[in-house]
Amino acid sequence: MEGIVGYGAYIPRNRIKVEEIAKVWGADAPSYKRGLMLEEKSVPSPDQDTITMSVEAAKNALKRCLINPKDIGAVYIGSESHPYAVKPSGTVLAEALGATPEVHTADFEFACKAGTEGMYVALNLVKTGDIKYGLAVGADTSQGAPGDALEYSAAAGAAAFIFGRENIIANALESYSYMTDTPDFWRREYQYYPQHGGRFTGDPAYFKHVMGAAKGIMDKAGMKPSDFNYVTFHQPNGKFPFRVGKMLGFEKKQIEAGWLVNKLGNTYSGSSPLGLTAILDVSKPGDMILIVSYGSGAGSDAFIFEVTKRIEKVRDLAPKTRDLLDNNRRYLEYGEYAKFRQKIKKAS
Amino acid sequence: MSTPSRFWREIPQRYRLEANKCKRCGYISFPPRLICPQCQNREFKETKLADKGKILTFTVIRVPPQQFVDQAPYAVGIVELDDGVKLTGQIVDCDFENLKIGQKVKIEFRKIFDAGEAGILCYGYKFVPE
Repeated sequence: MEGIVGYGAYIPRNRIKVEEIAKVWGADAPSYKRGLMLEEKSVPSPDQDTITMSVEAAKNALKRCLINPKDIGAVYIGSESHPYAVKPSGTVLAEALGATPEVHTADFEFACKAGTEGMYVALNLVKTGDIKYGLAVGADTSQGAPGDALEYSAAAGAAAFIFGRENIIANALESYSYMTDTPDFWRREYQYYPQHGGRFTGDPAYFKHVMGAAKGIMDKAGMKPSDFNYVTFHQPNGKFPFRVGKMLGFEKKQIEAGWLVNKLGNTYSGSSPLGLTAILDVSKPGDMILIVSYGSGAGSDAFIFEVTKRIEKVRDLAPKTRDLLDNNRRYLEYGEYAKFRQKIKKAS
Repeated sequence: MSTPSRFWREIPQRYRLEANKCKRCGYISFPPRLICPQCQNREFKETKLADKGKILTFTVIRVPPQQFVDQAPYAVGIVELDDGVKLTGQIVDCDFENLKIGQKVKIEFRKIFDAGEAGILCYGYKFVPE
């Protein structure tokens, strides 16, 4: 059996509240808070990007499995905010962990689904027996255009998973993907901010693919919603995960442990993977977990994990996701946020 | 623009804090040296610096060198790591008025500077309060 042998999270400590953004654009904060179920979001420091957060999340994952980094045969980062247009992010991560030079490295891109894409490939490479351990990270420092609805949610964070065949903390029972060509959100080359199709990002995009992947994997495994202790979906706002959960027949209590978006924002490629880390932080041996990502363009990856006894031994070896979210926060005003995110045009 | 090779040579230290420890007297050299400055021994064991420590002293830089202009003002400190090594670096994610000598810090992987808008990104270690 293959599965997760180590997991780790990283969330920057800066936050900005919905009220602070709404104040600048003359928007109605209470209606955004109610409509999107968002209170605040994480903001990376100026010296943080997808690479730095991936390194910190992966170091936390290594702390939980205590393997030799040289035994990691694949290092993948999924993100839509890779710092370079040409030059891999994964090489920096592999070098920082000490996994080089005998390692396969690739950067994945598929809007918010890139993190689970890396997980899918790393897990299945471990399954083939070709590599001993595979590391996959979902990380983003996502950008929303100033004044756009996305600005209230586009956040930063990273989650890392190491897959292997020994000392497993969560057995991977099934993996499944559901994909179509649906242009609901995109960013062309040289464009700074993404564009989206407004309400088109809902029914034909998020809901169709998340439902398709969730139903597909449950059919494949012969399972139903009540068989799971926890489920985490991609979290573009607070409402969508609960709504799709209800449509599929899940109860609120199955979703809440991995629902971080109200205080975290949408961490794009890190979103459902961070939800999974928060669930692993509180799960018990024998618990069944379903994770379904969503990436615009569009598609979903789904995994079913069964938690093992080893979780009790390793979860306290690195910071827990809820602690990273709730402790040591630093609140920014919009001006400082705009400077941090390089939204201010300076003389060159 | 400078070539990337100078930065590249320092990757084992900047990314992984690789040092060497004298096999005779235990002195840790960072970056690694060929001859121990304490006992002139030439045999070393590879080691990695501790990732936690405490602030020995610090200052706030307000007039920075050119590649750090966008980051000013920022704190720079000497930190005594848990293995006794004293290391200089930026202290970030902090309010200057709350920084204290003796304060516990940990090492995080951060972007140190970029070589201009089109140049390479240089990563390495910085300190953040625990």
